Amino acid sequence: MSFSAAAIRKDFPIFGRTVRDGKRLVYLDSGATSQKPLSAIEAESDFYKFHNAAAHRGVYQLAEEATDAYEGGRAIVADFLMAPGGADEIIFTKNATESLNLLAYAMGNAPAGNRFALKTGDRIVVSEMEHHANLIPWQQLAVRTGAELAWFGVTQDGRLDLSAIDQIISAQTKVVALTHQSNVLGTINPLAHIVARAHEVGAVVILDACQSVPHMAIDIGALDVDFLVFSGHKTLGPTGIGVLWGRLKLLDELPPFLFGGSMIESVTMTYATWAPVPQKFEAGVPNMAQAVGLGAALNYLTKLGMENVFAHELSLTGYLLEKMMSIPNIRLIGPTDMNSRGGTVSFTVNDIHPHDLGQFLDSQGIAVRTGHHCAWPLAQRMNVPASTRASLYLYNDEYDCDALVNGIMEAQKYFGAL
Amino acid sequence: MQLDSLYQEVILDHYKHPQHKGLNPTFDAQVSHVNASCGDEITLNIKLENDVIESLTWDGQGCSISQASVSMMTDLLIGKTLHQASVIVKSFSELMASKGTSTGDALILEDAIAFSGVSKFPGRIKCSLLGWMAFKDVSIQAQSQ
Repeated sequence: MSFSAAAIRKDFPIFGRTVRDGKRLVYLDSGATSQKPLSAIEAESDFYKFHNAAAHRGVYQLAEEATDAYEGGRAIVADFLMAPGGADEIIFTKNATESLNLLAYAMGNAPAGNRFALKTGDRIVVSEMEHHANLIPWQQLAVRTGAELAWFGVTQDGRLDLSAIDQIISAQTKVVALTHQSNVLGTINPLAHIVARAHEVGAVVILDACQSVPHMAIDIGALDVDFLVFSGHKTLGPTGIGVLWGRLKLLDELPPFLFGGSMIESVTMTYATWAPVPQKFEAGVPNMAQAVGLGAALNYLTKLGMENVFAHELSLTGYLLEKMMSIPNIRLIGPTDMNSRGGTVSFTVNDIHPHDLGQFLDSQGIAVRTGHHCAWPLAQRMNVPASTRASLYLYNDEYDCDALVNGIMEAQKYFGAL
Repeated sequence: MQLDSLYQEVILDHYKHPQHKGLNPTFDAQVSHVNASCGDEITLNIKLENDVIESLTWDGQGCSISQASVSMMTDLLIGKTLHQASVIVKSFSELMASKGTSTGDALILEDAIAFSGVSKFPGRIKCSLLGWMAFKDVSIQAQSQ
């Protein structure tokens, strides 16, 4: 079956509408959140219509069905990521930001002697291209524990500067938290070398896969990272559901973060013990319908084949980059070649402020992201206070790319190339 | 085209030729405000002579709406008393909250009624208010000196 973005768009109800007085919706902001196929929307609403009850809590039929549906979502995620330890390694959170905070707070809760306990002299390594969600939790954990925060810089062409890898990932390093694919630059980071060095010094590697899981086939075993997080809503699924994957052995050692119902084994007035993983990390009634919706979304992707999705996006990104580079006075922020990059393209045009450019593009029906994209330090590093970002996904096609390129050139005329 | 109601000529003029940009080295109070969602920044300082705004200067970077708005604001407020300024600020804030239903009071706001179109674009209201919020802040600080 050949890959057809036009056919795929028919599966997404939102593309049935128009925007700004009858214009086709050119949606180029999937890096912020993806649109949803009908199958995922219906799976979520069907849960509420037919199976709703609190999972893991009742002996009646609906409670069994709700539990099966929720745990079914977990199993689908485990298969999708090829989790070596199966579904027990999948923890549902409300989003990837919570997954990363869970890790940082849980590590902060670790008592002395626990492998995750951090103290003065220990080091946490991040990079200058992190989204705030994979920077601030570690920055603040360092402040709370006295550990030191170190980071990989970013080169002018938007790649990680690994020239000092052995110094940055020092013998004292306990945590390396890194993005798989930059949400601004589109850069796909070279993990093998970094993971090998981290493991050599006994550090755990935490991968922010928000911009990779939706777009490419993931084999966690092959990546050899220790924890991985992604967001449901960027992966065709609902909002309110995120994923934390971790090696079972590490999750066993990691203290809990949120306390409450269903995460306990036994409780007295003065003492509690914890349920096994994953329940240990899922206090309270979970986002069940959203887990079911995410399962349906991942099934939709699996049916298309993640290799096909990725190939489509790479080919489209190449097409877009070539067209954009022919626009006068455009500056691309990030790699300008297709070597290790995905379908996120950030740029500035003349001196037109990204908000003004985004507003003009909106008048043409084109949805892009403008600003610092929750990566302020990276914007400072690249010396751009703000940029405009187009991010591609499986439902985009050459028409969308052409619309963007034409829109940019029209904006140059409108603003008189300020 | 609805876009033209946002980007009125006078707004783009102020963006290209900002007024009172460049900070006066002598001032009674100075503040820096940012729009955290987009990174727009404005530093604004004020010098009072009794309760008259003798100098109001600024520096910053950001979109045409935020920069033109602060430029026009300084044009409007210099030479006014703090009381007169507060009437203008209130009128502008009400215009921004009007969701496109108000055209603004030209007697009070003069050229700044050009921003009436901005009130139809919820995402841009914060841009146009950035300088005005900085003024509220800096005027209070100058009075408490």
